Amino acid sequence: MSVEFSFLLVQALSGLASASSLFIIASGLTLVFGVTRIVNFAHGSFYMLGAYVAVTIVPWLLQIERSPTLFFVGVLISACVVGVLGVLMEVLLLRRIYKVPELFQLLATFGVVLMVQDAVLHVWGPMDIAGPRAPGLRHGVMILDQRFPAYELFLICAGPVVLGLLWLLMHKTRFGILLRAATRDRDMVGALGVNQALLFTGTLFLGAFLAGLGGALQIPRVSASAQMDLSIITEAFVVTVIGGMGSIGGAFLAALLIGQLQAFGVLIFPKITLVLVFLLMALVLVVKPWGLLGRPEAAPASAMPEGIASPRRFRAFEKLMAALALLAAAMLPLFGDAYAVKVATEVLIFALAAFSLNFLVGNGGIVSFGHAAYFGLGAYASGLLVTKLGMPMEPALIAAPLAGGFFAALFGFFIVRLQGIYLAMLTLAFAQIAYAVCFQWVEVTGGDNGIVGVWPSAWASSRIAYHYLVLVVAVLGIFALRHVIYAPFGATLRAARDSAARAEAIGIDVRAHRWLGFTIAGAAAGLAGGLYAFSKGSIDPTLLGIPLSVDFLAMILLGGMQSVMGPVLGAAAFHSIKDVFMPFTDHWRFFLGASIIALVLIFPRGLGGAYAALRARFSGGAP
Amino acid sequence: MGSIIFGRRALLAGGAGLAAAAAGRGAAAQGAPIRIGELNSYSRMAAFCIPYRNAIQMAAEQINAAGGVMGGRRLEFIFRDDGATPGDAVRVAEELLTRENVAFIAGTFLSNVGLAVADFANQRKRLFFATEPLSDAITMAQGNRYTWRLRPSTFMQTRMLVEAARGRTQKRWAIVAPNYEYGQSAAANFKRLIGGAIPGAEIIAEQYPALGRVDAGATVGALAQARPDAIFNVLFGPDLTAFVREGNTRGLFERRFVLSLLTGEPEYMIPLGDETPEGWVVTGYPWDQVEGAEHRAFVEAYRARFNDTPRKGSLLGYVTVQVLANMLNRADSLDNEVLVDTLRDLRSDTLVGNVTMRGIDQQGTMGTWVGETTQRNGQGIMRNARYADGADYMFPEEEVRAARRA
Amino acid sequence: MTLLVVESLNKNFGGVVAARNVSFSLMAGEILAMIGPNGAGKSTSFNMVGGQLRPDSGRVVLEGQDITGLPPCAICRLGVGRSFQVAQTFLSMSVLENLQMALIAYAQRTRDMLARADALFRDEALELLDQLGMADAAARPMNTLAYGDVKRVELAIALAGKPRLLLMDEPTAGMAPGERAALMRLVAGIARRAAIGVLFTEHDMDAVFAHADRILVLVRGEIIAAGMPEDVRANPEVQRVYLGTSGLRAALRARAAAHG
Repeated sequence: MSVEFSFLLVQALSGLASASSLFIIASGLTLVFGVTRIVNFAHGSFYMLGAYVAVTIVPWLLQIERSPTLFFVGVLISACVVGVLGVLMEVLLLRRIYKVPELFQLLATFGVVLMVQDAVLHVWGPMDIAGPRAPGLRHGVMILDQRFPAYELFLICAGPVVLGLLWLLMHKTRFGILLRAATRDRDMVGALGVNQALLFTGTLFLGAFLAGLGGALQIPRVSASAQMDLSIITEAFVVTVIGGMGSIGGAFLAALLIGQLQAFGVLIFPKITLVLVFLLMALVLVVKPWGLLGRPEAAPASAMPEGIASPRRFRAFEKLMAALALLAAAMLPLFGDAYAVKVATEVLIFALAAFSLNFLVGNGGIVSFGHAAYFGLGAYASGLLVTKLGMPMEPALIAAPLAGGFFAALFGFFIVRLQGIYLAMLTLAFAQIAYAVCFQWVEVTGGDNGIVGVWPSAWASSRIAYHYLVLVVAVLGIFALRHVIYAPFGATLRAARDSAARAEAIGIDVRAHRWLGFTIAGAAAGLAGGLYAFSKGSIDPTLLGIPLSVDFLAMILLGGMQSVMGPVLGAAAFHSIKDVFMPFTDHWRFFLGASIIALVLIFPRGLGGAYAALRARFSGGAP
Repeated sequence: MGSIIFGRRALLAGGAGLAAAAAGRGAAAQGAPIRIGELNSYSRMAAFCIPYRNAIQMAAEQINAAGGVMGGRRLEFIFRDDGATPGDAVRVAEELLTRENVAFIAGTFLSNVGLAVADFANQRKRLFFATEPLSDAITMAQGNRYTWRLRPSTFMQTRMLVEAARGRTQKRWAIVAPNYEYGQSAAANFKRLIGGAIPGAEIIAEQYPALGRVDAGATVGALAQARPDAIFNVLFGPDLTAFVREGNTRGLFERRFVLSLLTGEPEYMIPLGDETPEGWVVTGYPWDQVEGAEHRAFVEAYRARFNDTPRKGSLLGYVTVQVLANMLNRADSLDNEVLVDTLRDLRSDTLVGNVTMRGIDQQGTMGTWVGETTQRNGQGIMRNARYADGADYMFPEEEVRAARRA
Repeated sequence: MTLLVVESLNKNFGGVVAARNVSFSLMAGEILAMIGPNGAGKSTSFNMVGGQLRPDSGRVVLEGQDITGLPPCAICRLGVGRSFQVAQTFLSMSVLENLQMALIAYAQRTRDMLARADALFRDEALELLDQLGMADAAARPMNTLAYGDVKRVELAIALAGKPRLLLMDEPTAGMAPGERAALMRLVAGIARRAAIGVLFTEHDMDAVFAHADRILVLVRGEIIAAGMPEDVRANPEVQRVYLGTSGLRAALRARAAAHG
């Protein structure tokens, strides 16, 4: 019996150590979000940089003397270095884009992620770098009859210490009080005459410092590697969302919860770690829409919504452009080489997917971080029907939108109950759950290897024939969705986005309409997914993954989410950029990230927005 | 001790290895170059793929300096990042074939990418020389005429380790493997094979942490609680470092026998440093202990050229070029059907001795080294390493026939 | 005919009483004002009638039908229109489109995916705008309007649903004094012509005493007085806690103005 107890105790301590580490990282993320409202994807990069800087500095310090003091001095220096990098990001990038829509800021930070990944490979090389252990904390401590690492006991204390110091900072210093005020009401700080730029710079320093500290503290446990950023960022997001965005206490609570769940979860379901945190997040958000300790976000009552305003009909010039684009896509097989046809086919498919996402985001104000789920589920439906049931392509393609729509309806039922960033995170959670099922259910889905042999029927099997099939289906899909945007249903979604209270008060069941809108968008994404599966010949879980969801978001943002046809432009632009830079092999992500940032800075309203501004200038000002 | 001596035939062949490619065909390459499309996860899996590419370039240069292939034509590799996703990879493969006009394609690291490209190659009827993906499916259930793999598969490497454990007495085994295809199929292979090597062996605990996100404390705790006699480990990379450190501190490996896949490869061994555990039986590449003039020349050339020691990826890249050059010389044609037929049971003399591309499952017999881990000057090394020729560890032929018929 | 009956509504927010035993009734065509200091529970009571808040206990009955706890959209469809303390309109649309949207919702065509929204109910929308004197602004984007005009458009939106009961939470807040009187006259005129019952809250005592048929006085979530404007004004309790001398003067002035 005592054996059992000591094991449970040590397992709980392991959970606490993970929780502590996770909290230190997540606290920085939640702080930055609370004050600046920026969803900072680059937070994971700061964590990774913290580890890399530490594995560089700390061994150097330890050569002077192997003392615990110097180890921790090294850790703090590393955190400060990363804090300074955070300041750099604020001054060089974020400061220029506080006025642009929040999603653009997110996209810009994602550009930073891509750049940092390749920069790290360039500076530190491709090998994982193991850091030194902490002098004096190398050993294990006997707890009852179990041995437990002393360093982890230290980590268990570090979390609450950071929490305490943050509390002191927030309550006993002017900076901290301003931080809290800004978290509660951003406009108020501006009204108080506080130097907002300085406040934000300070926040970014603190946020990056905490991420760097989290990374530097990990070096005795894990080696610094170029994949650290993405492995931590989703978990950090989950912690901040479960705790309630902007709530440091909530983040602490959520980290404790996740740490313990992981520690004991692996005993019962050894494969569950992939999805456990997302299951928890979905559960928490369904029950508590603002997280454990979060405050409801005050809906901006009088702010102009970001997204599609009253859509205009095409004017003569735009009709001409659309016709020319269609003609070019149709004639491409005559003058383009085989690869150009292939790329054009993909662009058309992504255009449909991006258009369906903008139907939600731009037209409905429903920001989805998990749109790839419906794309992927559509692809799986088609792929499984063809390979497992031996169906031909045609019925399988019809099944794709049905599957996408079905799962969008299923998940959307819960999703449309939430708002803002919480809604977005719930879409992410469901997408990850779907991803995990496709990943884990090897017998049916082929696991992460996926399923190959998803090829079109004979008549459509040549590149050119398939291109025309995609052209017809994607263009019909896009124009059908476009028509809905102009129809009363599309207007109703915009109305609900502008003011849910007003929409309800004129008799619109906002939730039901958003649910229907979510389902339609999911069906369209599913159709795109089905087309994609047959163009590649295979399906696999990356089709449901976060990276593809982010790609879709990048497409609509680059194209301009306030213009109806922008996503089509964005899909073409994004795909072209990727296609141009990928042959540069080593540092293509760096260039992709840099171009995303450049586009955000130059066209803060996307290409569609730039076009609208240009047209307004030449037609005499009226927007 | 600690050195490996190839048979006499291999040594002789080794000495002449690269030169043989150009024998009797004049000194410098001339004529239109032969372009080979190489796609890999250079960004995502840089630790393995960049040394691999380095060696490919070095080998191609050496061959070209010695007169090229097919009567004096230069070898030219067109490298592309495969984006580490099947979707991107298939597009890149298409680009290589249609726009770069490569003769055929090679490469890929991740199993799902490899499988997607393999199926694409089959659809387009073009040769795909899958160098790195380990998945058994590539040569078994999802094998196709156009896809050939060089590196020893998950099954082969697991089998080498299990054979090394033959005669041991440990019966209670725990498995820890990353939660994706490679980890799952290594675990499945192990479960299937271990009973044959150690009668009565049973699996009493399994842990499958997510790739790249191992919660080392919880995982080690769960394994220790099961009190196994021995552990079969499939973790690698950052997960392995975290697992080993945690296990060392908590005493998980004390008085326990450990079999560990890939841990002896420099890519994964170097980061372990002075944490490298003692006495694990691993597969790997003890580059400093491999005897043979040709291999020594390779190591020296590699170190001189890149100011770094060779990795497993480097070896694989070099052998890849050797096999491909041999194939081209034999085929003397770029017709992919001819190339595929030439590969069938093609024997090549390489850095690791004879490698045959077995026709029945289109799997190369390239082997790997099996040895024990130990430390020297705070660095992990392998001792008592011996080269396990892949030919001895392939899937049984009837099994291949059954799998590939389906 | 009794249009609305509110029976002992209660609402607590984390221990703070926002409404306690609020009961009143409203006849068709009657204009009922709800007054009280800030935080008295006016908006809370309002939102419980409109469906934005669910009462802890009590009943709301509209023409004999219990509508307690129904969602706002259902309550709207039963004939309740409303305006908000901070005007709620569709800012990305033009004035005309706002009205068209309201009419589409009234016609229950919000799920229509075939028609073109901008072609629907144009004439009806223009007519409503004309009623409120906003026809000239029909093409203007909503976000370019002065706040007083926004309030007017919001009222037009509320009227588009042909309500039998109109809830107006501080309809004249943020308006210039001249505008306030004009707007209240307009509302009173429409309400009496169409026999719409009106419940409104207001800080502007001129508006209250000029147009209300009856007045409810809320303090700390409780109705402390109810009745004809004269009775309420004369009520010493009301004078003490709320109206004060300035309010009283305003009340007298308003009556004098209204009765010319």
